Order: sequence, then structure tokens, then C-alpha cells
Amino acid sequence: MENFTIDIDHNGIALVTWDMPNRSMNVLNTSSIAELAAWTEDLSNNDDVKGIVITSGKEAFCAGADLEEMGGQLAGSALKAAAGDEAAKRDAFDMIFELNRVLRALETCGKPVAAAINGTALGGGLEVTLACHYRVAADHPKAQLGLPEAKVGLMPGAGGSQRVPRLIGVANSAPLILEGKALNPQKAAETGIIHKVVPAGEEVADAKRWITEDGDAEAPWDKKGFKIPGGGPYHPAGMQNFVVGNAMLHDKTFGNYPAQKNIMQAVHDGLVVPIDTALRLESKYFMKTLMTPEAMNMVRTLFLSSQELGKGARRPAGVDNTHVKKLGILGAGMMGAGIAYVSAAVGIEVVLIDMSQEGAEKGKSYTTTVMDKKIARGRATEEKKQEILDRITPSTDYALLEGADLVIEAVFEDRDIKADVTAKTEAVIPATSIFASNTSTLPITGLADASQRPDHFIGIHFFSPVDKMPLVEIITGEKTNDKAIAVALDYVRQIKKTPIVVNDSRGFYTSRCFSTYVTEGIIMLAEGVDPVLIENIGKSTGMPVPPLAMSDEVQLELSYHIMKQTKEDLGADFPETPAYPLIEKMVTELGRLGKKNGKGFYDYPEGGKKHLWPGLGALIGKQTAIPQEDIKKRLLFIQALETARCFEENVLMDVRDADVGSIFGWGFAPYTGGTLSFIDTMGAKAFVAECDALAEKYGERFAPNALLRDMAAKGDTFYGRFNPQKAAA
Amino acid sequence: MTECFIYDHVRTPRGRGKKDGSLHEVSPLNLASQVLEAMRDRNDLDTARVDDVVLGCVSPVGEQGSDIARTAVLQAGYDQSVSGVQINRFCASGLEATNMAAAQVMSGQSDLTIGGGVESMSRVPMASDGGAWPVDPQSAFDNYFVPQGISADLIATKYGFSRDDVDAYAVESQKRTADSYKNKAFEKSIVPVKDTLGITLLDHDEHRREDATMQSLGSLNASFAGIGEFGFDGVANMRYPEVDGITHVHTPGNSSGIVDGAAGLLLGNADVGKELGLKPRARIKGFTSTGSEPCIMLTGPEFVAQKALDRTGMHKDDIDLWELNEAFAAVVLRFMQAHDIDHAKMNVAGGAIAMGHPLGATGAMILGTVLDELERRDLNTAMALLCIGAGMGTATIIERV
Repeated sequence: MENFTIDIDHNGIALVTWDMPNRSMNVLNTSSIAELAAWTEDLSNNDDVKGIVITSGKEAFCAGADLEEMGGQLAGSALKAAAGDEAAKRDAFDMIFELNRVLRALETCGKPVAAAINGTALGGGLEVTLACHYRVAADHPKAQLGLPEAKVGLMPGAGGSQRVPRLIGVANSAPLILEGKALNPQKAAETGIIHKVVPAGEEVADAKRWITEDGDAEAPWDKKGFKIPGGGPYHPAGMQNFVVGNAMLHDKTFGNYPAQKNIMQAVHDGLVVPIDTALRLESKYFMKTLMTPEAMNMVRTLFLSSQELGKGARRPAGVDNTHVKKLGILGAGMMGAGIAYVSAAVGIEVVLIDMSQEGAEKGKSYTTTVMDKKIARGRATEEKKQEILDRITPSTDYALLEGADLVIEAVFEDRDIKADVTAKTEAVIPATSIFASNTSTLPITGLADASQRPDHFIGIHFFSPVDKMPLVEIITGEKTNDKAIAVALDYVRQIKKTPIVVNDSRGFYTSRCFSTYVTEGIIMLAEGVDPVLIENIGKSTGMPVPPLAMSDEVQLELSYHIMKQTKEDLGADFPETPAYPLIEKMVTELGRLGKKNGKGFYDYPEGGKKHLWPGLGALIGKQTAIPQEDIKKRLLFIQALETARCFEENVLMDVRDADVGSIFGWGFAPYTGGTLSFIDTMGAKAFVAECDALAEKYGERFAPNALLRDMAAKGDTFYGRFNPQKAAA
Repeated sequence: MTECFIYDHVRTPRGRGKKDGSLHEVSPLNLASQVLEAMRDRNDLDTARVDDVVLGCVSPVGEQGSDIARTAVLQAGYDQSVSGVQINRFCASGLEATNMAAAQVMSGQSDLTIGGGVESMSRVPMASDGGAWPVDPQSAFDNYFVPQGISADLIATKYGFSRDDVDAYAVESQKRTADSYKNKAFEKSIVPVKDTLGITLLDHDEHRREDATMQSLGSLNASFAGIGEFGFDGVANMRYPEVDGITHVHTPGNSSGIVDGAAGLLLGNADVGKELGLKPRARIKGFTSTGSEPCIMLTGPEFVAQKALDRTGMHKDDIDLWELNEAFAAVVLRFMQAHDIDHAKMNVAGGAIAMGHPLGATGAMILGTVLDELERRDLNTAMALLCIGAGMGTATIIERV
């Protein structure tokens, strides 16, 4: 065996240590599962062995399934099975059921099995421990125990959906198995998914103690008279968990996520039958989930691609690793203050410059606010807060920027002001430093004109609120060099966010495509489509906020200014839609500027719930009925189409940037796997046909571009034609 | 086809469906058997001539389980040759049982049958029988399951009935019921429920609130706003994106009451009536059931009424009196709106908002009530119908002879 070592002590307790070679983490893959099966059988047949303790030789216990290997393999066979006959389905099922079979064999091996959980145990890793009769964890507050499968469109597939509700009841299981919420060892013990927490280093000893003193080799659900805590689905009390649980889940997911529904179904179906049948049912729903495009797309984008981008997949080769020690931030408004906090929090020395000392101090105080909240929730200490605050120097003095490796400007979106701060900064910082703009609207190449070193000038576009949003969009200007890109990427990695790299364009990638969504909502409103329908269907598309509410959130006033600027810049090329005049009227005539002033497409009564402005009907003055399906299509297709245009124009260079950016950047319906996966799933041919139909009915902006037409003709997909692995090779 | 006649109708009064309700001490078996006993005694019936007893019951578990119809037949002392069957079509069970009993006669397979129903809601609470419909995720998701109260509020929201509209309907229901009592309209059909010593426990519907006013009803809180927030409002709104949220207007004051009760109708062909000296009161002209969209759930009457009219070649103007179960005020308001029906012809004797809705029995009760009203008003034709869980509707048309 290469993944496990076994040491049998004088009491006959076999200590199985999981320690996979050439890996920082233990994972479940073909090799480790085969060995798990082998030692389970060996130890159960070995009369000298009285009990088994399993632990890990690494810092974490196990990170779960190797999604790169297993994901591809299982999904491949599941998809083949979906298209194939019954025999293909049986084969795929057997493969998927194997881990459940092995773990059930461990659970019923006749000897007490204890898990000494020395660190993080996620997904299949936690499920291995759930098949043990006793679970003790080392008291590492940062260790995570959880089943995150649902977060990436999958479901627990190694007993998690069956053993967790049998342990702690259906209601308590929901956050763990439906939302993928992870718990630290203390919380896990309180919830009841593990038995005990001991000081780190004592877990193996405690596991052995349990085997000697107690050593019950029978799982609770194998005992006669076992009852589901809180009742199963047809128990009078347990029933409500499902009646209400179904509605809550349906309401929250809009039925867009097959994984969540399948998890609920597996729990429902599994709890009324014995565990052996239940595990088979779980594997069936697991396979059914794998067979959905949602699962494949979500795993690819939310897990694999986002990890690859986070690890520097888009970093230019040949530039040494860089590390930002000192960061300058110009402008201590909301964005500057947020950037200061996330940077100082990872140990970077920050100089926060504003026009007034008061403004700079106020920017710094944002860190105090964030940390105080964390302290109140028991997630930070006063010392930690002080340590982070000490790294932030608020000032009006540009001279303090001396020695900064990177300077990010987050001043008002005005070319002259930006040019001014660029000049002032470059007078102080070393020639090797990188200057970045956090602009969300102004083209980088133009801003770089104000720089003496346009090759060291780059866009680093943060999203608001900076400390919550996972994405950073890096924009290269015409002259930006590889070093600037590398520094920007290394910095984003330092602050633990996911970067995408795009070329310069109006609105870059994310703002440009996102704006098509809200604009399409406003166009429909202007056409006379019932705003109630626009908003309700907007919600059910899976976008986080429906388009008219979103317009209010980003402030109609801001949209108006951007559109006005664009119109001036583009002149005759400005795409005329009914959206612009409507926004203009709202802002300049009616003073309905957006949520901030309490009036937009919605009214925001103080202390009350927002509601659509009753004056909308009279303002629009007409009613148009269009098929509800068209509302959904218009809202989603326009965003995907704009992404395809960005790809053709080389604003986007990598399909991963497109998909990850669309979900992490502006919340494009996550179940699709992103804007390009959305097109790939439907097929370019169908997408083009739908767009042509939409263009015919609703306007030229839906006309597909040349790239899409070519892909449709050739039957290409984005991931096939622009495969990032192929490109790298 | 053999003609089927209604020879008699008997019902218990409806007791408040709570622990302090007058019928709470009475088992559902005794409620059902007292109806059967009364039916036998007031018609001097040779029970050996009864072919079958069909009883509706919506929560057929516990003491309502194990085919309560056959158990009641035996308990009532009917001849052992009389079979019994319990059926469930949710809120229309009592009417469906009557229809099935009538169908036996009309198809010539039985001569004399009893259709009816029983529900002791105070003893066997609603939903005691579980069921996959709201529990099994595939059913709950695919059918956009929401509880009926949410559906009723959705109807009010979608079709524009305000809180005042539904309350006004409820006040009128109470008033009509009070008038019925003043006119002794139910005397013909109600048989008092007695205890084991023969002492009368209840001889009138005790759920009524004759003093209900717009003010008193207006002070009640909406019943389903709370559960709506558990996701059910969202689910309803997802299915009906044209409504801007669900407006909750239904309260205990404008919804049917939870009560205990039982009812039965004696049905048979012409020959058996003559032979036994029974006087036919009405003929069953036709009956039918249908299904419609299950999330809004309670608009089935609109469609089943049309289906019943079409199948019998009738027009809505041929119907002199309509009797639609008052499950929720908005159900009746929507029905009248959809078919443009004059309130003066609808639920003329009051209804379940005032008297209550003992689920398994109601259908038989309202058919009997509208028959009484046809006779009292000397009118000819009536349709009784109910809205039903999961979007169904059941209707029966009767005609006096």
C-alpha cells in the first residue's frame, strides 16, 4: 500500500494512518479507495485485530474526492450512461456505488472502528469518518468538517446524505448537506456529527481509549429499534421538515439546482428504508446529479477553474514571483477603505492617501468596523484588530508612498483627477513599482497616457464590498507589460481572491456584460412589459437580484452618467434603445435616482419593505404582453451573447476567465456554470437560432456575432475550441 | 341508464373541532353510525335491502382507519349483508361518496345505497395521514405545493379580492346561516348527536358567529402570512409571476371552520323506492370531477361546473341554486366572478364559513342542504360542488321530481 500505513499495537488495535505520497492533502481517488477496500478486508479477517483507528499523517484528515480525477471519470461514465442503454447505466452505477460499498463494509466489519480526526475533513473525507463507529477530533478551531458537495452542484455520494440525518435528524442536517456548511470541531461536536473534541495530539489516544473501554462495533442505525431523530418523512413531527423544507428549498433555488433537489429526494427516499438500501438510493441520486449539465458546469467553473485561476493559471511565464510588502492606496472612499482592509489583513503595509486627513482616517476606520463585527461574532480578537490597524497609515502626504511595490488609485471616476494623482504618485514611487487603477468604467489605455511608465500601468478592478466579493478583474492596457500583470496577479493571490485577466474595453468584461442585464430589464419596462413579471421572472432566472431592483442598487443616477458619457464618446455608434430615454427621464425629470435616495423603480419606505413604484404604469403609458419564457431568455441570453462578443474581440482570452468572472463578478446564474458554459450546454447552434429569433422580435442587439455563427456551423463549443489545457500545451 | 333518486338526507350538527367542542367526546365511528341509524329509523328501512354504504373520510387513520364505512354499518346494527367502503377525494369526499353510491344505482349494479361521509377533525387532525404530495420532494417541487390557505390568498391576490371583499362575503354567510336557523331550514335534515346514555350532546351547528360584523372580522390576523414566509409565498409567486407578492386576506373569520360531523344520503332506483314506500325527493341528473392547476389548487370548481353543464347539456342559467363549499371566501368569490353568477343564487342557506367544514362529510351535507332549499323555495335544479386539494373539483347536479 502506498497511501496507508498500518501499525497494530499490543492491544490489537490497528492504527491506520492515511498519508498519500507526493500530495499535500489526502484525497479519495481510485488508488486510495482500492487500498481502503483492501485493508478493510484484511483487518476484518485478522483475528489479532480487536479494533481499528483511522487517522491522517497530514495536517488535514482528508480533503474529499479528487474532483479532477474522480469528477472526470465518474461524470464521464455517468454522461455516457445517460445517453446509453441500461447496461451502461448499471456499469456507471457500480462504479459510483463502490465507495459506498467499501465504507459500508468498514462499518459492518464486526470490529469497532474509530476516526481520529486530526484536521480538516471535507466531503468524502468526512464521509469516511461517518462510517466509523466513533469520531473524535483534534481541537483545531480552524479545522473544517463538512460536506461541501452541494456548493459545486454535486451531492454527498459516500453516505453523507444518509448517515448525517440518521445521526442528527433532518432539520439539523439541512445546513450541512444542502448548503454545504462546514463546522469547526467544537461546533461539529455540539451538532452531534462527531462524539468528542480533545486537545490536538490526543485524538489517536482517545480513539484507542474508546475502543478499549467501549468499542461498540455497531452503528446506531444497525441497532434494533433505531429511530430517525426528530422523525422520518412520514412521522407526524418529521413530516413538517419535508413539507416546509421542500418549500424553502424550492423558494431559495427556484428549482434551478438539481443537486439540492436530489439531496432532498435522497434523504426522503433513504430514511424510510434500511441503511443498505438507503446507500444504494444515495448513489443513484448521486449519479443522477452527475448526469446533469449543471453539475458538470458547476464543478468545472466553481471548483476546478476557480482553483486554477487562483493558483495563477493566467500568470505570464518568465516573471519571478513577486510579493507586495508595501501598498499605496489613493482615495479612502468605500473602495479604497475596503482594499486597505483586505490588504492589511494579510500582512501588507498600507499607506492610505486621501485629500484630507479626516477622509483618510475615515477610510481606515472601516477596518475597525469590520474587525469589531468579527470580534462580536468571536471570529477575531482585539489584538488581531490592533495588529491590522497598525499596518494602515492614513495620510494626505504622497511622500509616504515611497518604496511602495504597488499603488492602487481608487479616486473619483474622472480622467483629470486620475491623471493628477498618477503624476503625483510617480514622482515618489520607484520606477520598478506598478501603478494600478481601480476604475470600473474608464479604459486603461487612455488612463495610462497620463503615466510616464505606461508599461507599468494596469487596471485592478475590485468589486464592492471589497471584503466580501471574491473576484478581482485585472485589465491590461495596450502597453501593460508582463511584469505588471504578474505583480497584479501575485497581489490578488496574496489577498486570497480569484483573479481574471482581460484586455481593455469599455466596461472591460464584467461591467460591460453585467450592464446588458440591467439594461435589458429597463428596455422591457420601456416596451410596456409588466414590471412585476420582469422582476419575478428575473429572480427565477437565478440572478441574485432582479434587473429593476438591481438598477436601483447600482443607482440609476450612475447608470445615467455612464450611458451619457458613452453616448458622447460613441456618437452615432451609440446603440439606441428605449432604456436611455427612460433612465434620463427618471433621473433628470423625476429625481428618482436609485435606492440611495429612496426612489428608483422601487419606493423604499423608511422602515418598510421596498415595493415597485406605483407610478411606473403611468410613466410608461403602455402595456405589452410577451411570453414569459421570452423574458427569461432575454435576460440571460443578452449576457451570454455579450460575453461571446468579448471573446471574439479578445477582451476575453480564456474561457475560465469568462465563466468564473461571470459568476464571481456579477452573480450570473451559478447553476449554468457561467456565461460561456451556458452557451456550450445549449450548443452554439441552438443558441444562435434563439438569438436570431430574439433579434427578429426584440432588436438587433440580439444578433449573434461571427464567432458564434462559425461555431454553430462547425458544431464547436467554447471549451472544445478554446480549451485552456490545449492552449497551454 | 337507470335513474337514481335521492330518498332522504340526514346529517349531524357540526361541533367545534376542538377539545372543547360538543362532539369531541364522540368517536367518528359513533358519528357515522348515528347517521346510519337515523336514516334507517326515520325511513323504517329494511337494511338488508341496502347494497352498499360509501363514506368519505379524508384522514382515514387511527380511529377513522380500517374502512370506517363497514365498521359503521356493523355498529349501526345494519344487516351484515351490507358492505361498506371508505373513499377519499379530499374535501369533496362526501360528495364523491354520494356520486359513487349513485353510480352503482345508475349502472344497475345496486338498487339501494347510502353515500355520505364522516370526519372528526377534533380527534383525527388534518394531515394525520401524511402522504407523498407535500412531503416527497419530486411531487412538492414539480407541483409547486403550497398549503390551501396560501392558494386561497393567491386566488384573492390574482383575481383582485380585497380583505374587505372576503370579510363582506363572510358576514353575509353568517347572516344567511342565522336566517336559516330563524326559518328552521335545517330541521328536516339535522339529527341530534347523543351520548352513550341517550342524552343529546348537540342539536345545532355550534361554530356559527351570528354577531360577526366587518369590524369584528377585520380585527382578525391573516392566518397564512406566517407560513407564507417559510417559502410558500415564494413558491406560489414563482408559479404565478404575474402577482406582486401574495396578499394574505384569509382569517379564521372568512375561512371554513374546523368541525366534527357526519352525513348521508339515501339513494336508489325507482322500483326499490316504490317497493319500500319511499318518496323520491330529487333525481341525480349528473356528476363529474376534474383536475386543474395544483398550486392555485382551489379554482377547480370553475372548470368542473362547466364540465358538468356540458356533460348534461345544460346551461348555467338552468341552475336555480348553486351550492359551492365555502372553503375560503375567495374560492366562492372567484367562482361567481368566473361564471358571472348572482350571489342571490349562491349558497343561499349559509355555508362552511359559518357552520364549518367536516372534511369527509361536507360534500354530502351541502348536497342535502341545497335539496332542502330547492324544496323550501319550490325551485327545480341545483348544482353542488367543492374545491379540492391538488387542484380538483367535483360537482353534482340534482333536479326535483
